[in-house]
Amino acid sequence: MEKIKTNYSRRSFLKSTLLAGGGLMISFNLLSEFRLSGKTNDINLPDQWNELTGYVKITPDNVVKIICPNPEFGQNVMTSLPMIVAEELDVDWQKVVVEMGPFDNVKYGPQFVGGSNSTRMYWKPLREAGAAARNMLMQAAAQTWNVTVEEITTKGGMLYHQKTGKSAQYGDFASKAAGIPIPKGVKLKKVKDFDVVRHSQKNVEGLNIVTGKPLFGLDYTQNGMLIAMIQHPPAFGMKLKSYDAFQTLKMPGIKDVFSLTLYPEGFEQGGFDTRTFNEFVVVVGNSTWEVMNARKKLEVQWEPVTETKETLSFFGRKREVVIPAGLESSASQYAKMKERAKEPATLLRKDGDPETAFKNAAQIIERTYTAPFLAHNCMEPMNFFAHVTNEKALLVGPLQAPGWIAPTLSKILKMPVEKIEIQMTRMGGGFGLRAYGHYLTEAALISKKAKAPVKLIYTREDDMTYGIYRPTYTMTYRAALDANKNLTAFHVKGGGIPEHCVHENRFPAGAVDNYLAESWEILSNMTVGAFRAPGSNFNAAAEQSFMDELAEAMGKDPIDFRLELLKRAKENPVGKFHDYDADRYAGILKLVKEKSGWNDPVNKKYSRGVSAYFCHNSYVAHVVDMVKKNNQPHVEKVTSAVDCGIVVNPDAAVNMVQGAVVDGIGNAMYGELTVKDGVPEQNNFNRYRIIRLSEAPKKIDVHFVENDIDPTGLGEPPFAPVFGAVANALYKNTGKRFYDQPFAKQL
Amino acid sequence: MAVINLNVNGKKHAVDVDPQTPVLWVLRDHLHLTGTKYGCGIAQCGACTILLNGTAIRSCQFPVSAAADKPITTIEGLSEKGDHPLQKAWLEHDVPQCGYCQAGQIMNAVALLKRNPHPTDEEIEASMNGNLCRCGTYLRIRDAIKTAAKQG
Ligand code: FES
Ligand code: FES
Repeated sequence: MEKIKTNYSRRSFLKSTLLAGGGLMISFNLLSEFRLSGKTNDINLPDQWNELTGYVKITPDNVVKIICPNPEFGQNVMTSLPMIVAEELDVDWQKVVVEMGPFDNVKYGPQFVGGSNSTRMYWKPLREAGAAARNMLMQAAAQTWNVTVEEITTKGGMLYHQKTGKSAQYGDFASKAAGIPIPKGVKLKKVKDFDVVRHSQKNVEGLNIVTGKPLFGLDYTQNGMLIAMIQHPPAFGMKLKSYDAFQTLKMPGIKDVFSLTLYPEGFEQGGFDTRTFNEFVVVVGNSTWEVMNARKKLEVQWEPVTETKETLSFFGRKREVVIPAGLESSASQYAKMKERAKEPATLLRKDGDPETAFKNAAQIIERTYTAPFLAHNCMEPMNFFAHVTNEKALLVGPLQAPGWIAPTLSKILKMPVEKIEIQMTRMGGGFGLRAYGHYLTEAALISKKAKAPVKLIYTREDDMTYGIYRPTYTMTYRAALDANKNLTAFHVKGGGIPEHCVHENRFPAGAVDNYLAESWEILSNMTVGAFRAPGSNFNAAAEQSFMDELAEAMGKDPIDFRLELLKRAKENPVGKFHDYDADRYAGILKLVKEKSGWNDPVNKKYSRGVSAYFCHNSYVAHVVDMVKKNNQPHVEKVTSAVDCGIVVNPDAAVNMVQGAVVDGIGNAMYGELTVKDGVPEQNNFNRYRIIRLSEAPKKIDVHFVENDIDPTGLGEPPFAPVFGAVANALYKNTGKRFYDQPFAKQL
Repeated sequence: MAVINLNVNGKKHAVDVDPQTPVLWVLRDHLHLTGTKYGCGIAQCGACTILLNGTAIRSCQFPVSAAADKPITTIEGLSEKGDHPLQKAWLEHDVPQCGYCQAGQIMNAVALLKRNPHPTDEEIEASMNGNLCRCGTYLRIRDAIKTAAKQG
């Protein structure tokens, strides 16, 4: 056992309560290393969230319940987070009951799902929570048996005193433990002694899923609940002018039709208050089908928007954003980006003297990459249940960030946060989109106006045409080579509509003497939001494709070339800072090289592409093996190497990486949301191409670097590097470089 | 509106709905059997797959009037304890991520194995290609079907 100092402070407390009928309920308020600032962060959270409550309940008949603080959208947190508590609590995992906790940032910490942060943020607090509970139970036993606590051992939910041969179940001492004072320090297990964590445990909701239990927001129901749908403008750049509900109201089952405004004039939007359309028409009725049909009878007039200004306040930083008028089209957006890319841009980072180095170069390689808007297309469309009365509000549904929407809701409903109860259901996907809770606020306002419990449902079309897309991007890379084909300067200039995604401190920053990173942005009335590995997904795609072409121009093996650069970044880094650990980066490249049989002649039959990337605190490399299937390039096999520190639930982690690879191939090859005169040209799966089973690889071998580093996330890091590996394999397969996503369109 | 008699998972129900209502919404809104999912509403994703007379159909595009009196099986009725060979194989391979598409995947696989108890990889592809999984669990879906086929 290693002794660690726990970070209890004045702000933290541990509450133990006697359960009705005896038994222990421990709610921990731990102040731990919960900070999300620091050099490797993609997201900064406010300081007041630096608290966490682990939640353990033990009944006298020895039922151990562990509450999962973070909502589940397929990333396995409902299994893997409680596993961490169970490990330190030392209970039999098979007997643990897991329950999803309600929204309560005081008790459960940030409860934010995104940025691949759940495991990383909760790792230490949950270990401390489990260890402290175990310690209290040991103290209770020691007091009763009249022995010292040091002589008590535990195993699988049992307490033992070897000398006297005494033993008891946790449940036997649960009530007594409830009266034990807060332990001042807890001992944490040695990593090598783990027997729950690092061992594959099945999804705790597996049986519920395969038997069709009501787990998702869309499945939620209540007596007297009505169904609501929204008619939003048909195009970005349009707004509601007037509507006629006469025909709709005549339809069977329809209760009400009205228009609503989401945010009042001058509303200061938080970072996740993004919404595309502020005014919309609502149809409320008895059942989904009736509302769907009646909505079709609405006669709505839309009109073009004028330029507006919005005030955004992102964790205290206030800024004004201009939302331009106009109906945009994809073709003109690409043309605009092409023009803008030629103009001067904002300097993000400069090392050495890149201008001179380019002037003196023997050879300059310049390539431009583009990517379209992407729709998240969660399998479960946006929806939320709301029951708002004058006294309180109950909201139930799929949501990634309850703590961010609660203050917004409180302002909009003019109701204190304490009166707002939010319950998070299992989510049918999230991918970033469900961090933006506009649909929850809409549901709340609809319920308030309709004076009834209401479930707001977006149809697939509503969902896909709403906006909050992954931005469309352009990235231009330039590399200067001297006469000996040494890399002397590197330049990245990237932009997007309406955001750029240049990460100026990422690889190869720190590895090239003369380095320049610049960015630009073009305003738009199309909204964007976080999309699995935000920013990184395209930054990785473009950069890792360029690296491949650069290595080829320099006559080097693409893995060895990257390793050389990483060696430089490690031994003699350029500039003050780069955001990656060169050793860990090199580690995944070496691992993927070995495991893929990179130099093995048997693999000559494949068109192979490699890519490696660091984002969201983890390192992932892929080798994509392509063949021709029905005369088309097809990914047959992928080898992945991952360094995310300790792997909490190995098989679930493999599943996550495999899913990210499939998702990456799909989006690289097919993903695209285009607009014409402001209207999305894809509004359902007949036009928006999602990867299918026959297009998925036969095999995805996942290898983890084994180390004892505290775990980092896995939802996003394996996704970003897929695109580049696919592009590089396509080059080998077709003889042609692919610069513009989606690649299938360029075949 | 019309009264329609349904036979769902061996139980008889009479529902008074617009005969054009897709079976999906009758199951979900009227019978509170929410295991069958809505994903697209246009027969393009497979989330709403159920069995009608033992054959897989897309319930989002199937009017309830056409399903009257015919045996319907939904995920809830596939087995009593979640121990249908495909459900067991799904658990063995820990297939689901978000889980939303999985009921449709399983129901479609049930129909496939009924028709063809030992499908080849190509046959699995051909039959399962209409069922989208946004989380990308296809490899495990394929493996789970093969495991179930071996046991069947
Ligand atoms: S909901 Fe029926 S196929 Fe998509
Ligand atoms: S498991 Fe999420 S859509 Fe298939």
